[in-house]
Amino acid sequence: MSTFVEFENVSLRYDDAGPKAIEDISFKVEEGAFISVVGPSGCGKSTLMKLVSGLKEPSDGYVYVNGRQVGGPLGIVGMAFQAANLLPWRTTLDNVMLPLEIVEPWRSARKARRAEYEEMARAQLARVGLAGFEDKFPWELSGGMQQRASICRALIHKPRLLMLDEPFGALDAFTREELWCMLRDLWQQQPFTVILVTHDLREAVFLADTVYVMSKRPGRILVQREIDLPRPRDLDVTYTDAFASHVHVLREAIGRVRES
Amino acid sequence: MRLSPKLISRLAPWLLTGFLLVCWQAVCEGFEIKPFLFPAPSLVFKTGIEMFEPIMTHAFHTFFTTLVGFAVAVAVGAVLGALLGSSPVIYKALYPMLVGFNSVPKVAFVPVLVVWFGIGTIPAIITAFLISFFPVVVNVATGLATLEPELEDVLRSLGASRLDILRKVGLPRAMPYFFASLKVAVTLAFVGSVISETVASNLGIGYLMMSASSSMNMPLVFAGLIVIGAMGVVMYELFAWLERRLTKWANRGQNAAI
Repeated sequence: MSTFVEFENVSLRYDDAGPKAIEDISFKVEEGAFISVVGPSGCGKSTLMKLVSGLKEPSDGYVYVNGRQVGGPLGIVGMAFQAANLLPWRTTLDNVMLPLEIVEPWRSARKARRAEYEEMARAQLARVGLAGFEDKFPWELSGGMQQRASICRALIHKPRLLMLDEPFGALDAFTREELWCMLRDLWQQQPFTVILVTHDLREAVFLADTVYVMSKRPGRILVQREIDLPRPRDLDVTYTDAFASHVHVLREAIGRVRES
Repeated sequence: MRLSPKLISRLAPWLLTGFLLVCWQAVCEGFEIKPFLFPAPSLVFKTGIEMFEPIMTHAFHTFFTTLVGFAVAVAVGAVLGALLGSSPVIYKALYPMLVGFNSVPKVAFVPVLVVWFGIGTIPAIITAFLISFFPVVVNVATGLATLEPELEDVLRSLGASRLDILRKVGLPRAMPYFFASLKVAVTLAFVGSVISETVASNLGIGYLMMSASSSMNMPLVFAGLIVIGAMGVVMYELFAWLERRLTKWANRGQNAAI
């Protein structure tokens, strides 16, 4: 497998004179891998997302996606955030189809292939258990349903990289576990690279191949841990000793970060 | 039989209007106020019927003038608002001037317009425009400027251009603000055209009231006032209805209550 995302000694300051948000970050993500970044709040996890998606430029160092230096937002990236950020004036179906109206080559063919796009969006919604909710407006959906729709929107244009910024942070524990399984299934059906930023260690261990622990500001990568639990993983795996020991090690690393 | 809450809220404005008319009538008759000072509603109504044709001619003219001025105000206001809302620099540059401009009493400006365009319809259209475009500008600009950065990020991360963001998120999100401003602007436009007609015109409700009051025909003045008020209410309701139809998503709480 080839390297898909690469950070090379990346630092970022939001103001020229201000403190660094992240410092000297280097890591590589293989194509098709699922990695997770955890750390205390305010450690610059979301900054990583902005760098990969091209919303911010690094102050020092280089970010490469798909072998090219990131120079601006890319159509091959899909993003979902903690808030579902669905547009309230659009139905669920129209919300999911939004990227197809923006990203090439979908955009140019959107009039001619409208019916086909709609079919794609319906199929995607059905895959996350939202069949029958296509014509509802976002406020008619529960928080978990909104988040499912938001992930559909992030995936509809078949991005090669999916970036998730604490996507399940605002949900209750049961809904969260349901959505973990949904994400796991989506990833196993249709291979794409995932970067998941989270503060939930169980979530990171359950879903990811590799977990990175970041320090307090300025954010640096302190620990890299491979999660060797066999796939496909079932929720039952979260009650095994192997799972618990992964979580434990990461928890200790975070604890050290918070005390330092 | 009990009236449903829905029916009560439907009837309430009519009942209140009726009640106030009865009070007005009672005050005029009870204190024997002279009609050339303060005419009773029955007399105003009677005059309205007698003078129906001239009132309608003038009212229609005022209505037309107002709508033309309002239409220009909406077009200019929306474009200016979009500019202000999408660029902080333009916002900073233009805002003080707009506020200053809006603070000038428009009645003071009518004589200038008369010098430029002569008396008649054109100053009235321009006054209606001048007085009603400001709320449209402010609301559209506010709607655009208060766009949540997260919504913008969703689109930006896909590589959307600024124009894409404006079309897909900015403008739809500003629509409720825009429609709210139309309701205010259309009533202001009536104020503008009538002001101008009172000062410098020989057509329109403003002129009619002016000439009626100079001959102490108070019932006719009041008939004119009521006609203006009625036109304002009708137009306001029209835009309120449009607002509810077109931006349902923003008023869902309110709609549930009605």
